[in-house]
Amino acid sequence: MSLLDGFLVRAALAGVGVAISAAPLGCFIVWRRMAFFGDATAHAAILGVALALASGLPVFVGVLLMAMAMALFVGWRDAAQSADAALAVAAYSALAAGLVAVSFLEGVRIDIEAFLFGDILAVSRGDLAVIWGGTALVISLIVWRWDAFLSSTLNEDLALAAGIDARREQLLLTLALAVVVAVAIKVVGALLISALLIIPASAARPLASTPERMAQAAAGVGALSALLGLWAAWIFDTPAGPSIVCAAAFFFVGCSVLSRKSS
Amino acid sequence: MTALVKMAGIDLRHGGDTVLHGVDLKIAPGEIVTVVGPNGSGKTTLLRAILGAVKPVAGRITKRPGLRIGYVPQKLAIDRTLPMTVGRFLDLPKKIGRQEAEAALTRTGAEALTDRQITDLSGGQLQRVLLARALVGKPDLLLLDEPTQGLDQPGSAEFYTMIAEVRQVLGCAVMMVSHELHVVMAASDRVICLNGHVCCHGTPEHVAGAPEYRALFGTGTKGALALYRHEHDHAHDHAGHDHG
Repeated sequence: MSLLDGFLVRAALAGVGVAISAAPLGCFIVWRRMAFFGDATAHAAILGVALALASGLPVFVGVLLMAMAMALFVGWRDAAQSADAALAVAAYSALAAGLVAVSFLEGVRIDIEAFLFGDILAVSRGDLAVIWGGTALVISLIVWRWDAFLSSTLNEDLALAAGIDARREQLLLTLALAVVVAVAIKVVGALLISALLIIPASAARPLASTPERMAQAAAGVGALSALLGLWAAWIFDTPAGPSIVCAAAFFFVGCSVLSRKSS
Repeated sequence: MTALVKMAGIDLRHGGDTVLHGVDLKIAPGEIVTVVGPNGSGKTTLLRAILGAVKPVAGRITKRPGLRIGYVPQKLAIDRTLPMTVGRFLDLPKKIGRQEAEAALTRTGAEALTDRQITDLSGGQLQRVLLARALVGKPDLLLLDEPTQGLDQPGSAEFYTMIAEVRQVLGCAVMMVSHELHVVMAASDRVICLNGHVCCHGTPEHVAGAPEYRALFGTGTKGALALYRHEHDHAHDHAGHDHG
């Protein structure tokens, strides 16, 4: 019996994998004030689930396609300034349309809760491969484009003066977001993906004085949250996805309080 | 000498409106050109067109091959959630090393700020840091968009003196947008007055005396103009030569 046979071990690996790709990407979401953008992309995932079930595609592929479509759509529409309300409209419309679309599927009995809140304890070896593949892809992209991402986040015209096309960097970030959504839906579900992006990054903020430190700290907080959340879910028999997000929130409060005391 | 930037018959749009029409202009190496004009006259759009952020809908922009541009934006809105020291900021997007960063900061009088967080800087400090960063790549052309916005009068006078020094040491051309007519004019070789098109250009003296310029700034801004005239009377000692 190999180690991966334990469902708890698989769950832990899945949680940690998603957390360490979501957290650094989440830093950019926070710095660029794109929280609603993340929501819209994540909520479109439910529409992707419906698409996958209707067409027979793997759920991962359906979610990835739909998240990309949504991210590109809102990214293109709001190139000038991301209007809060417009993004919220997109986010909730996508979620509602997805839920309605799933209900239309005849003959398919699915547990929609698994897609809304995640089903980390049911992660298979195949899921693990997809999760870690996606994580490797996103981390490589972030490491490769780090300086360009950071420059275009600071100021688009400054980036341009240095020969960096901010629109292209935003597009790459958007695609990375779609990948994270697609791998995270199994772990925390469409409703809580944004939490995994934003809470670890926000918790890491007071710990860091450079963007690199903040991204690393966010990954650490994310991974610890995944493990702590799983442990709590096991001990207290609570839903795993929400428990992971609660753990992240716990770290956020802890870091905020500690930093206020020390400053 | 070949021009750094040449514009011929440029039309520029901003938000669906044509804000500039039929602009012809050249920037020669080493000169300081100031762009003035009322709000919405297309000053920033012109600068962003040279940068390449705005594509002209008509006409041609020719840049000297290999032209290096340093850019100082009007403002830098960094979210407080982004931790960024001055030193790290100068290292973007290319690592330049501590020594070069400190040299650039020293040139703009910001050497003490290397380890400070950008979001903690005052307006004047931030301008110095932005200028230092623009100088890191040894630019041939420095573009400044209202660089002294938010500075008090002594602060902006000091800033323009620094620009003149930088030009002298690095030999780069400077093109800046400003609304502080009286201060800026004394520091410029050439002034371009915009209002949807180039309404007049030439030496500061020439532009200040032009009827188009007076029509724009003579009414409604009498205070500023009076102040300008006063300063202008004492500012004849710089070497102005007519490009018009």
